[in-house]
Amino acid sequence: MPYHSIVCVKQVPDTANITGEAMKADGTVNRAALPTVFNPDDLHALEVALDVRDRWGGTVTVVSMGPPKAADVLRDCLYRGADRVILLTDRRAAASDTLATSYILNQAVRHIGNYDFVFCGRQAIDGDTAQVGPQCAEKLGIPQVTYLERLIDLRDRTARIRRNVGNGWEIVEVRLPVLVTVLDTAGEVRPPAARRVMKYKRARVRAELVAAVAAAGGAGVSPADVEREVERRAETLRSRGLMLEQWDLDDIQADLKWCGLAGSPTKVHRVQSIVLTKQGYTEIPPTEEGIRRLVRELVVDHTLG
Amino acid sequence: MIAPNRKGEVWIFAEQEDGTLHDVALELCGKARELADHLGVKVGAILPGWNVRELAYRLIQHGADDVYLSEDRRLEHYQTLPYARVVTTLAEKHKPQIVLFGATPLGRDLAPRCASAMRAGLTADCTDLDVADVPDPAAKTTHKNLLLQIRPAFGGNIIATIINPERWPQMATVREGVMPLGEPNMQRQGEIVAEKIKFDDNDFAVRLIERHREPRKVNLKGARTIVAGGGGVGSKQNFRVIHDLAGAIGGAIGASRAAVDGGFIDKAHQIGQTGTTVRPALYVACGISGAIQHRAGMEESAKIVAINWDKEAPIFGVAHYGIVGDLNQVVPMMVKAIKERPKE
Repeated sequence: MPYHSIVCVKQVPDTANITGEAMKADGTVNRAALPTVFNPDDLHALEVALDVRDRWGGTVTVVSMGPPKAADVLRDCLYRGADRVILLTDRRAAASDTLATSYILNQAVRHIGNYDFVFCGRQAIDGDTAQVGPQCAEKLGIPQVTYLERLIDLRDRTARIRRNVGNGWEIVEVRLPVLVTVLDTAGEVRPPAARRVMKYKRARVRAELVAAVAAAGGAGVSPADVEREVERRAETLRSRGLMLEQWDLDDIQADLKWCGLAGSPTKVHRVQSIVLTKQGYTEIPPTEEGIRRLVRELVVDHTLG
Repeated sequence: MIAPNRKGEVWIFAEQEDGTLHDVALELCGKARELADHLGVKVGAILPGWNVRELAYRLIQHGADDVYLSEDRRLEHYQTLPYARVVTTLAEKHKPQIVLFGATPLGRDLAPRCASAMRAGLTADCTDLDVADVPDPAAKTTHKNLLLQIRPAFGGNIIATIINPERWPQMATVREGVMPLGEPNMQRQGEIVAEKIKFDDNDFAVRLIERHREPRKVNLKGARTIVAGGGGVGSKQNFRVIHDLAGAIGGAIGASRAAVDGGFIDKAHQIGQTGTTVRPALYVACGISGAIQHRAGMEESAKIVAINWDKEAPIFGVAHYGIVGDLNQVVPMMVKAIKERPKE
């Protein structure tokens, strides 16, 4: 019996390699200044979805919300075996907090429709909140199973899942549809397939074509010319199955009052870069006498018994 | 969501498992007490479970005024949907102004489900909380007494303060171990309010089949003294000196991520942002450079001794005592000095 999965993935700044230009003056992240990566947990979410399809049949549809550049991770999904990818991009979605993001993703999932599973990574490395998955499940009105480590079995539209709860594990059973968040300990992720890389590396979303044509045109090119050229390129890509879907908030019938800044109850009040508190410390010489004095001091102030 | 309600209580979610309260629930009680005193309101604790009435007294001893006890056989083991039903039903009934959860795997599963159902704001993994007036220049007004939700963001490279001015309750999950666990006051009085919650069959859509818990092998959070080794220790073999010092002091063994990644010691010993947050009486950092992710997990320690050959290492920025030198010489000297120390 085939199962249809939707996977939510995110392109994230590589927070392990941050430089000083990462923050803008208003305290928001200057994403353009950072190298980007496929959010690690999301790769595992994709893998579980692909595994379900390979074992039981069905489809894997991937949706990513982000700027046009996020099409990179969607191409990566195609290389690894996704059937369909969709970029959800809209300036009006900018500054969404986790609640607004989960509303928008829930609208996208509803618009895709006919699903058995929604898979998300447990959390994204730029925010580390782990909130969007559970919030999206609530908005879809379906149960959630967080922290999947292994999909044990699937029969008669019932999934048996082993989840890691930190101080142990448990096995739960749930009727589909369900939203599942996946841990990065959920096993190996398949690599991109060379044949699919060759096929999909030229796949583009419309926003990428617009940017490429505008960059190539230089000054003096009219908007109508740009439009015509974009349409010509899009037609060529479409005929080869390489035109990727791009949706905006209108396409998914999102109510703008729940999107972007307006839809976000939490606001960033202040952002501080980490500065060491330079209160100074007592320097102890690395000698027997110096260390004996330190130990004595710690005994006297009852730090050591 | 509920409208801002200045008279609302400050609530905590009382996480328990197998009839034992999680430490973070008591840590939250203490913090909630402080916030509530500042706001001039009461502290409430939500306690769902089965046969857990005894725990209500402990919550009261740690600062709760009202314990909303919701007992049902089906609540014996945590499950997202029925527990979320308890929290949202009670929040809509009593309209608290703040709801705090521990940022545990359970809290981070439950809190977003509740926040979404209430269309309220939620901030993840706070390391500090405060209350202050916040001016809103756009609306030419000042929001009185908002909860400041303070958390590291962006891989620990920045500290963000988040507010939720309008769509209440103001909700946050709070990292374990960052708020001090206060002493119980056996004389404190409070009220236990039994709450009957109406569930829906769909609330039990997820069935628990099997459950396995591992006792915590490494008790870093409860340790009075921690001796931690970092990448500077150099090898698994050389980590012996860390064991020796911990043995001499009678402390627990901690490690930085570099030491764990280098295979010197098991991940259960890791201290820092991805790992355990600790605040012992004494923290001895040996060969730890002190990346922000590590400091975030230990800088609240009462006394910090740093040993590093590099006098520019950031660990010295949070240290009370610094020893610039080779840990292979310094640590054995310290073992000797401790064994020969004068007894108070």
